[in-house]
Amino acid sequence: MYDADGAVRPQYKTYSDWLKDKPLDFIKQKQREADTLFTRLGITFAVYGDEGGVERSIPFDIIPRILRMEAWKTISDGACQRVRALNLFLKDIYHDQDIIKAGIIPEQQILGNKLFRPEMRGFDVPGDVYVHVAGIDIVKTDQDKFYVLEDNLRTPSGVSYMLENRRMMMRLFPELFSRMPVAPVDHYTDVLLENLRAVSPQGISNPTVVVLTPGSYNSAYFEHAFLAQQMGVELVEGQDLLVSNKTVYMRTTRGPKRVDVIYRRVDDDYLDPLAFRPDSALGVPGLFAAYKAGRVTLANAIGTGVADDKSTYIYVPDMIRFYLGEEPIISNVPTYRLDRADDLNYVLAHLPELVVKEVQGSGGYGMLVGPASTAQQIADFRGRILQNPANYIAQPTLALSTCPTFCDSGIAPRHVDLRPYVLSGKTVTLVPGGLTRVALREGSLVVNSSQGGGTKDTWVLETGTP
Amino acid sequence: MLSRAANNLYWMSRHIERAENTARLLDVTYRMSLLPYRIQESDQSWAEPWALPLVINGLASAYYERYPGPITADNVLRFMVLDPGNPSSLYSCIQAARENARTERGAITSEMYEDINASWLEMRSQDYGRLQGGGVSTFFDWVKLRSHQFRGITFGTMLRDEGYSFIRLGTFVERADNTARLLDVKYHTLLPSAADVGGAVDYYQWSALLRSLSAFDAYRKVYRDLITPAKVTELLVLRDDVPRSLHACMNDIYEILKMLCDDSSIEAERLAGELHAQLHYGRTEKIIEVGLHEYLMGFLAKLSLLTAEINRDFLVPEYTQQQVSS
Repeated sequence: MYDADGAVRPQYKTYSDWLKDKPLDFIKQKQREADTLFTRLGITFAVYGDEGGVERSIPFDIIPRILRMEAWKTISDGACQRVRALNLFLKDIYHDQDIIKAGIIPEQQILGNKLFRPEMRGFDVPGDVYVHVAGIDIVKTDQDKFYVLEDNLRTPSGVSYMLENRRMMMRLFPELFSRMPVAPVDHYTDVLLENLRAVSPQGISNPTVVVLTPGSYNSAYFEHAFLAQQMGVELVEGQDLLVSNKTVYMRTTRGPKRVDVIYRRVDDDYLDPLAFRPDSALGVPGLFAAYKAGRVTLANAIGTGVADDKSTYIYVPDMIRFYLGEEPIISNVPTYRLDRADDLNYVLAHLPELVVKEVQGSGGYGMLVGPASTAQQIADFRGRILQNPANYIAQPTLALSTCPTFCDSGIAPRHVDLRPYVLSGKTVTLVPGGLTRVALREGSLVVNSSQGGGTKDTWVLETGTP
Repeated sequence: MLSRAANNLYWMSRHIERAENTARLLDVTYRMSLLPYRIQESDQSWAEPWALPLVINGLASAYYERYPGPITADNVLRFMVLDPGNPSSLYSCIQAARENARTERGAITSEMYEDINASWLEMRSQDYGRLQGGGVSTFFDWVKLRSHQFRGITFGTMLRDEGYSFIRLGTFVERADNTARLLDVKYHTLLPSAADVGGAVDYYQWSALLRSLSAFDAYRKVYRDLITPAKVTELLVLRDDVPRSLHACMNDIYEILKMLCDDSSIEAERLAGELHAQLHYGRTEKIIEVGLHEYLMGFLAKLSLLTAEINRDFLVPEYTQQQVSS
């Protein structure tokens, strides 16, 4: 909210003026109201390994993060550019592999990656779209420079919070929306549905779209149900689908009904027990065969994990140059690869100041934040790294930007990141906003909800405003 | 719509309706237990009012497993209201209904979910101390009110789609079942002695039964007469203008199934039509002749055939090869 000299940043001016004469009790009361509403509306996520409460509300902070249109444009252009390149990359590695032939990415990095799906080689997906929904995690440093922290190209979650947070803010503070030109995000699900319909199998003029969920005990079930409802399509589980003659049907009260496009929130491994993990009870036997026969479209496509792996991440700027002939609009965070001897030595010598992550980890699990860890934790992690260095990457601890956040002691700065959701189908596009995640503990850099992070509404101000 | 979704909605409303009827039954039991009549013989403990909710719901052995020894009001209330281990307790019914709603929250309105979720959060925070402190009748009134409110919100906000039909179907199937079981209470209720037939205890038991079905005032309006078993039977079995009577429930069930059924599910409609006709053209004298208990047992058996058919046709279907080769 404030720049280095302590002056209010221009995009926060109106908000700051409004906030100035609000007593702390007013903010406290609004925060309580928001917490109550979230619990009553049942906007929850499940935490694995937590026996006490199966469901919890994700902590929501009522102070918005505000972005100027210029900053948003950088984020938006940069994220779209990245997704365009990643789609071309996926098409390439499952077909001609030009990027390997050109010597830009080593063959082993692709073919030796366990997320690479040889079954997908030579298979054409509708519209050449592999990543229909991408979540690109972006951070800003205190020097006002944006970095991409990671790409989420499998089944990225959190978009329902972007939409619900906005509804909550409009419910709590309608007067702010009349004073500030906040760009709307509500049309996200319309764009999603339009894109999903655009990638239906050939010859289907009025496709039936469904959302496939692992079930009501999945941590993101609320979101699956929310998206299905907002798009007006069925929310199905594996048991609701059956495959006959390489065609997918759902079991309805009026008999079997054909399904054309599946927005699936089930991981590759669990989609089809006949093709992947045979012990999967979540999947649909024969689904992969129907997919390969071009009788049904899966969004995202199978095998996208090879492109969002943290060891592939370091090649994305090169992909952008190779496929698009453009310079990356948003940079990567400098990344050390621990399978390289030089990098490994450097990292082991500097663990207290670095962030170390598992190559295929997600959700903030299995990572070390050097500056926030004890000597014992660092020593333990060193042991794990040495057992399998190739399983880790390391990054410098960025001086992440902060955003004013309501906490016990009043309003104080907390570190934030931003995940905008890029949609591909007919076009590559995103709605002006995203999920701002905030590390609620003072000084913490970990924003994952499973690790005590919360969320905020993200406001992009239309141009022509202060 | 998806069969699994229809199944969840159907059970959501069945669980709500069951919670309401259980609250009604427990409330009546509580009021009856306040009457100054007791059976003294120790081998007739089944005549204790607090045995009723267990007998009616077929839960006696489950109860004795958890609470050995004589039946007490405290234990029955704990078992029927708060016990998560009893699938028919109010706690379990509201939990299950909320779980069904949560799974299908995309198929219902946000107002409906907000309401049922609030009921669950309130239920979850109950304990025995609070229940007694606030008065058990107050609590039962709350359960009834939440059920009425949820039905009202459903009626007032939900699209008249298939999901709506399955919600209503669940309500009336459960209500028919519960009304039949409640009516059967009198069969299980022993009077202190034969001389008491038609006496004060008898009168209070019948009027309690009527009250538990919100039919006491209706009885007064319709008959303006003493309460007799034959008239109660007519009111709660055969009259279709009493909203909780078997006939009224079957009217709705038959109407809904006529709308839902197509060529492949004609059997459900036929079974419902048959059961409906039996009530529509029924005679009180005939029922008294066979015996109310026997009549109600026959009704429940047919209702259970019908629900099995509803499962086969809509909720848990199996397809033939022919159906998926188009």
